[in-house]
Order: sequence, then C-alpha cells, then structure tokens
Amino acid sequence: MAKDVNQALAREFGLSADEYARVLDIMGRTPSLTELGIFSVMWSEHCSYKSSRVWLKTLPTTAPWVIHGPGENAGVVDIGEGLAAIFKMESHNHPSFIEPYQGAATGVGGILRDVFTMGARPIANLNALRFGDPKLPRTKRIVDGVVRGIGGYGNCVGVPTVGGEINFHPAYNGNPLVNAMTVGIAARDKIFLSAAAGIGNPVVYVGSKTGRDGIHGATMASAEFGKDSEEKRPTVQVGDPFTEKLLIEACLELMATDAIVAIQDMGAAGLTSSSVEMAGKGGVGIELDLDAVPQRETHMTAYEMMLSESQERMLIVVKPERREMAQAIFEKWDLDFAVIGHLTDTGRIVVKHNGTVEADIPLDPLAEQAPLYHRPIAETPKRPSLGPVVDTAGLGAALETLIACPDLASRSWVWDQYDSTVGGQTVKRPGASDAAIVKLEGRARALALTTDCTPRYVLADPEAGGAQAVAEAWRNITATGARPLAITDNMNFANPEKPEIMGQFAAAIRGMAAACVALDFPVVSGNVSLYNETEGRPILPTPAIGGLGVLEDAAQAVGVALTPGLDLVLVGSTAGWLGQSLWLREIAGREDGPPPPVDLAAERFNGDFVRGQILQGHVRACHDCSDGGLLVAIAEMTMAGTAGARLLPGPAGVAPHAFWFGEDQGRYILAVPDAAAVLQAAAFAGVPAIRLGESNAGDLTLPDGTTMSVAALRSANERFFRAWMDEPGQA
Amino acid sequence: MMKAVVTVMLKTGVLDPQGKAIGQALHGLGFGNVGEVRMGKVIEFELAEADPAKAKAQAEDMARKLLANTVIEGFKVEII
Amino acid sequence: MKAAIVVFPGINRDRDMAIALEKCSGRTPRMVWHKETDLEGVDLVVIPGGFSYGDYLRCGAMAAQSPVMGAIRAHAARGGHILGVCNGFQILTEAGLLPGALLRNANLRFLSMDCHLRVERADTDFTSRYQTGAVFRSPMAHGDGNYFADDATLERLEGENHVAFRYVTLTGEPTASANRNGSARNIAGIYSANLRILGLMPHPEDLVDPLMGGTDGKPLFDGISAALSDTLAA
Repeated sequence: MAKDVNQALAREFGLSADEYARVLDIMGRTPSLTELGIFSVMWSEHCSYKSSRVWLKTLPTTAPWVIHGPGENAGVVDIGEGLAAIFKMESHNHPSFIEPYQGAATGVGGILRDVFTMGARPIANLNALRFGDPKLPRTKRIVDGVVRGIGGYGNCVGVPTVGGEINFHPAYNGNPLVNAMTVGIAARDKIFLSAAAGIGNPVVYVGSKTGRDGIHGATMASAEFGKDSEEKRPTVQVGDPFTEKLLIEACLELMATDAIVAIQDMGAAGLTSSSVEMAGKGGVGIELDLDAVPQRETHMTAYEMMLSESQERMLIVVKPERREMAQAIFEKWDLDFAVIGHLTDTGRIVVKHNGTVEADIPLDPLAEQAPLYHRPIAETPKRPSLGPVVDTAGLGAALETLIACPDLASRSWVWDQYDSTVGGQTVKRPGASDAAIVKLEGRARALALTTDCTPRYVLADPEAGGAQAVAEAWRNITATGARPLAITDNMNFANPEKPEIMGQFAAAIRGMAAACVALDFPVVSGNVSLYNETEGRPILPTPAIGGLGVLEDAAQAVGVALTPGLDLVLVGSTAGWLGQSLWLREIAGREDGPPPPVDLAAERFNGDFVRGQILQGHVRACHDCSDGGLLVAIAEMTMAGTAGARLLPGPAGVAPHAFWFGEDQGRYILAVPDAAAVLQAAAFAGVPAIRLGESNAGDLTLPDGTTMSVAALRSANERFFRAWMDEPGQA
Repeated sequence: MMKAVVTVMLKTGVLDPQGKAIGQALHGLGFGNVGEVRMGKVIEFELAEADPAKAKAQAEDMARKLLANTVIEGFKVEII
Repeated sequence: MKAAIVVFPGINRDRDMAIALEKCSGRTPRMVWHKETDLEGVDLVVIPGGFSYGDYLRCGAMAAQSPVMGAIRAHAARGGHILGVCNGFQILTEAGLLPGALLRNANLRFLSMDCHLRVERADTDFTSRYQTGAVFRSPMAHGDGNYFADDATLERLEGENHVAFRYVTLTGEPTASANRNGSARNIAGIYSANLRILGLMPHPEDLVDPLMGGTDGKPLFDGISAALSDTLAA
C-alpha cells in the first residue's frame, strides 16, 4: 500500500509537472495517495473541462424559457403549464469500445441519473452513435453490443428509447462514439440542485454498494498496490438497470417530500466528484467517514472508495429531522441507505477511514485553481470548391445505391430492439417523424426530441459543420410542428493538445454559437469528450446536438409518412450543393469539397413558415432534406407511408443530379392537400417554394421517367442491417 | 459452512436458442467437431449447515421452489 | 369494475396499464405494492409488464414468490379475474396459475414492434368486444416471449380452446414470419381452465388512444370493464 507520492506518480495519475506543483502549493506538503487521487480526477479533462472551458463559455445559454443552463447536472427549460423539461446528453465512448454492452448500458444509466437527480421523471431516451467501417468484424461486434446495451438498460428501467442517429466512418474504427441523452419532466417549482447547505446536516449515500469498478485506469496500469494486483485491476463497470429503476422510484418518492437539501448522482469519479461538487457549490465543508460506505468487496482502501465508479449510487444531503423517513423510503425499495458524513464549516473535504484522516483538502483552491488552458489552435483550411461533377449513374440507380448504403439504410433493425412505447405516451416512434414526439401524461402537450450532427461537414469546415448540426436539430423539431426551445451538446473531439484539433473545436463552437443565437436555441447542458483517437488517428470532429422542442397539442404533430393524393412542395432554395454530399461519396467515390453553407437567416425564415403551415393544419406530412438530399427524402416519405409519388423535373438552371441529391440546407418537403394555397402563402412570406409533384397509390416515378416500386425501395433500404447482423457468414 | 453449487439446464426437448447460437459460433471459429451445445446456469451459495445430506436436501428444495423452473429446466445439486 | 394493478419492484408498464384501465372503465385502479396481502373487493387483478427483479434468474421467477402472490392465488381460487401482460404473463406461468413457460425469443434479441393478433374466441369476459377470428394490432416489447409447453399441454390448450390470441399476419394467417419470438403454435396468449385468467405477451394497453397510433387494444379493456361491471350490478 505504501506507494510514494511524487511527481512521477502524479504523472501516472495524469497530472502534469505544473499541475503537481500547484497541488504541492495548495497542500503545503506532499499529498497522500487519496489526496493525489482526488486532485487528479477533479483536475482531469472530464471533470474540469480544462481545455474546453474557455470556448464553452462563448456559447449562448440563456433565453426567457431557460430555468437552469450549464453548470447543473442537466439543463432545465420551461415548457409551460408549470412544467419543466430537464435534459442532457453525455458520452460513454471509451468504455463502449472496451466492452460495448456494458459501456453503452452504463452510459444510459449515467445520463438517466443526471436527469432524475434534479427531480425529473425520465420520459425519453435518445442516442447518437458513430461506428467504424462496417466491413471490419470488430465494428459488427461493437454495433451489436452497443445496441444490446442501450436496449438492455433502457428497456429494463422502462424509459422509452424514442430516437437517435447512427453514422459509419473508418475514422471511428478504433474509437466509436456512444452519446446518450435523457429527457425528464418535473414541476418547474420543484427542481433539485446539488449545492449543499446546513452545517451539520447528514450526508447520505443511497443506491448500490461500492466496489472496485472503473477505478482510474491510468493509475492502476503501472502502480503496484499490493500482493495480488490481479484482483485490484480496474474492472469494467457493470450496469444494474433493475437497481436504477428502484433508485428512480425511491428518489422521486423522497423528492415528493421536503427532506432533501441537495442531491447529486455519483457519476465519473463517483464519491470524489459528487462530494466535492456538492460542498463546493454550497460553499461549505464536508467530512466523510468511509467506514460507513456500503461496500461490495472487502479490504477496500480510501483511495479505491473515493475513486470507484460503481454505478447506481447517489449522494443526498437531508434535513436531519427527515432522516428516518428518508431511510424508510429507501428500505422499502431494498436500497442501501447510509449516513457517511456531514457538512462542516471548514471549507475543506476531510476523508476518514479506519480512524485515520486519509484526505484533508481545502475546497476553494481545489476548484478555483483547477487548471485552465488556452491551448493553441490552428484553423482548418477552407476546402477549394468542387467544380462541376458529371453524373454517370442516373437518378434511379443513384437513389437505389444511396438508400441502401450504411449511412442511409433503415435503422429499424436497431429500433426494433429498443422499447419505444413503454409509458404509453409515444406519439411518433423512431422513424415516424423527423423528431420523436412524446406526450406528457394526462396533458395535450408534447415534446419533440432529436439528435443530430453531420461529422463529415464538421471535418471539412468545422464552423459551417457546427452551425449545421444546430440548424438540423432545429429543423427536425420544426418539421413536426413543434417550437424548438434548447439544446444539449456532446462535443466529441480528438486530442486537444494538437492545434488542428483544438482549431476544429473552437471553430465548431463558433458555428454552433452563431446558429444558437440566430435560431433562439440556447445550449442548456452538455458534455465534452476529448482524446478520441487511437494510434494517432483522430475521429471526425463530432459535436452531437440533442434538441428539444414543445408542441402545445400533440395532435398537431406531423410525421414523414406519405399518403396518396397530396401535392409535394419544396420549401427552401436549391443550388445543387454536392460538396461533402453522400451522393459524392457513394456514387462518385469522393469525400471532397466544402460542405453546404448554412444561411441562418433563411433557415429561420423557412422554418418559421413551415411550422406556421403545420400549426394551421395545412400539412399532412413533412420531412426535412438532409443526408442524401431531396430525392432520398422523398423516397423516405414513400417508404414510411402508403404511397408512391410522381415527380416533376427540377428547375432548368440546376443539373438533375445536383438538384435531386445536393444537400443544400434549410429545406423541407411538405405533403399538402392544396399546393396552390401553400405556394401563395410562401410567396406572400417571401419564402422560396416550388411544387415537386404529387403522391399517388402507386410507384415512385422520377422526372426522367424511371419508375421504382416502393416495396423494392423498402427492401433495398432494409437490406444492410439485416444482412450484416442476422445472416450468418457476414463479416 | 458448506457451499452448494446448483446447475440448472434446460430439459432435453426444450429449444435452446442460446446453445444453438454458441454452437454456430464455435463452428464458425473452426471447431467443426462440436456437437449439440446446451447452455445453463450455475448458482453458488454458502449454507450454514454441517450435515451434507441436509444441505443437499435443502438446496434441492430451493432449486424446485425458485432456482429452476421445472416446466422447462432440470437441475443438479453439488455440496462441497 | 374495481381493478388492482400489482406493482413488483422493476415493473414499468404499471402507469400504461392504469391509463388504459381508467380510460376504458372510468375508474382509477388501485395500485398494490407486492408486499401487500389483501385484495379484498377487487374484481380484476392486473399484473402489468416490466422487468420485475430485473428479469434476473428467470423472467417472473422471483415475483412469483412475492407476498402478494398468496392473495392472488386466493383471488384465483375464488374465481376472480386476472390479467397478466408481458412480465405479468411470465409471472403467472412461474406461479403455476397458467401452464407453460416463456423462453428467450428465438432470434435472441429483444423485440419491440407492432404485431397482429387473432382473437381465437370472443365468448370470454376479456374478448367479448372482439369477433372470433378478428385480427387486431398491438405493440409488443419483450426479450422472453417464446411460449413453450410440452406437447400434452399444447394439445390440451387447443382441445379445450384455451388459446386466447395467436401471432398472425395482417390477414389472419399464423405464419412463421408473423411469429417473431418463435412461440409454440404462434401462441401469444392463453386462458386458465375457467377462462378467468388471461396471460398474453403483447401490450394492448399501449394502443387505446388514436394519438398513439390506434385503438386496437381498447376493446379488450372495454370488454372486461363491461363484463365485471355487470357482475357487480347483478
């Protein structure tokens, strides 16, 4: 056990020489092993945001409807009728690469806790997933495990998984991204925060017991702690959704009383970050007696208990006179309940174990002197424009190839493993609309939820790509008729110590911020995941956006499914932008050119018009144009519905393949009973709109005369996942 | 203190898709000589009991009441 | 009709069931914690879906040993009505109140999708608002819904007309492709010998509102509500 604490060990713990010098300065002595552990996790990238903080601060985070922005466990927005939506997205990338099932499952469990710790009943889960090349056997194993893990956890806790997105790209071969989002609902005047208060108040540990799960990998890899190091190796965190379900119910039952002063889940760096953050935010001290911590394993040290990442645990400061009542609630749910400490007026965290003080750290300097880096940035050079690209495939063949490619293939194989209906409030299930629609129990009101990012755009132009990710989330919510309110962001990037990566980060934030301002769509919560690279190969920069909107009457929501006898109207203008399009990649074999520019003013203008048309009841179906462009969007509408369509030729000035497959932004396809009325309204509003054709009970007929049966399209669209996953002998 | 090891297996005749999948995977890995695979579970627990016969009887009772579903599963108890 | 919904730790479709029952019967069901032992005055006991005890060991195995099961058995012995959906069906088979068992889905994956069910008989208290042979749509969501019983039991179920619902195509054919979880003889739900206990895997309670995509499940709850209201009045 006696391991000398020195600069070399600090380096193993991830602290730089400067950072360790700062620790020595704060402590005025050599820290103990437990103290070094606490500093290292609190000053880690994950907890301190030391590389990203300067940039995150530039994001707009306020609006009249924002109740709590970043800084709490999750963001809180007012959704009317005295209710608040609480939501956040968080990554679990590395654990999902090591052990896909448990990594993804515990990712879902962690984000659920961030939301219900604030007093919300979780009503929906979403996710944003990125995987490597489907040709690699490893990718198949990871996809299978991640999907099972998300389903295994979400289905069991009984929170419907209603939406998400999946991309494939070789840049994620050694580093998949698993970003999980949870949305919950609470009374707007009953939000629970983490700032501790009340000197002497008991600090209560509830939930599962503590084991040696996930203890700081870096420290364990090289440090020898005792005779049997095998037993003390960091272990994969294992999720227990059953306990989580009990924890949700027990916490909500306790939250209905007045017993709680403050509450915080034990996420990354478990007991350390929860106790430090609660005391720090409350401006109080905290004393913990680790002998009282419920333990799953024997002979755990203070270091191990403070750094354990065992799942399904919470820390609560309760009013002393409510302690017995609180205990009775947790015992009813068969959960551990232990008073493990109390608040003090010392401004310090003091950790005792076996009668010894194992850590004694002043909280203010731990927080205030946390490192903050203005890392050097190198701007991503602008890509030269594409120039003319000749069509060699024709519309029909290109459409068939595109809808069958991994990035556009039907995700039903995935959704079919997620319970999307539990709760009985799912108005639009995955694939039925651009954003999932979940009604609030007992009310007409509903939320519209989506996750979005187009990483290839962000790589080619991080600023435009960052703006596009926010705009697409806004657009997807708008396309259902809902009013977009706010976003959560999950910034997945590679090594921030490389100027070009930090340059991507800074530019993406710049683009996001501009879009947030232009669209009144502030950031209320988020998470940063850096160092996503393997053997020097960085992932595509992936600022995944989780968007939330509100619909006053769920019955007004429109989906994408096309029915016969309607006019198809395109809203938004089309220059035929092929740079970074899927057509260019899948048909012409090039990942090239600048991504489509995002005209934020037009975006807002077009979207507000479309939402107005939907809410006035003029629209039967609506789908935004994104990956794959116009023709793919129309094909998706036919496949989701019960109709075919006959399409008119596009405008003369744009080449057909560019018109039908270009990925110009800010566009929607509306299926309406009366095109003339909508076109007239658009002309009046100054919004570009044209009639594209009409739906019918037959096939999809392209402007060049090609006719394709919707059944054949559907079968091409369904092929990829089912062949890849369910047919033996596939890679 | 004794340790009981209860092995629970699906009865013959009950389809075992997990066993089948494992068999296919083993064949895929080149273990062509693998025959029918059956998957079950093992439940271990300590028993504060000195008499092995009593311990066994008790563990069997537990298996019948909870650990196995005798509609579909058989079990075997070992006391060590 | 006085309905009680039994809540075991890990049950998660209790709220869905309460909404459906209230919508169709006009009365708020009583929520019964699994440690309670009194079901006096209850007409219909409902065991809803979810993951009681996390589905650990076997789906429904531990719930079947809960304190409330004594009261449920007594209710059954009195000839009381019981509806078990999904995990509730699994619990009823584990408790021996319905024959057979639910095994892991044949494709080893969780299955969450709509299925079509054929009403095998419309003369029970549960199905009187359907026609015999009618096909209705229902969501399903389970990992272990593969109905198994030995041949003698299956023959008896068929012979005594105790199969309640089968997985079928839109047009009512009990094909292999309609039988996603691999159930014996496409069985999705069964009755007890007195036709008063019904267990089924799919979730008709999640399709009782046009907003959620349809009302195909509503006749089941309308039917049982009407049947038991009559009992009460008589």
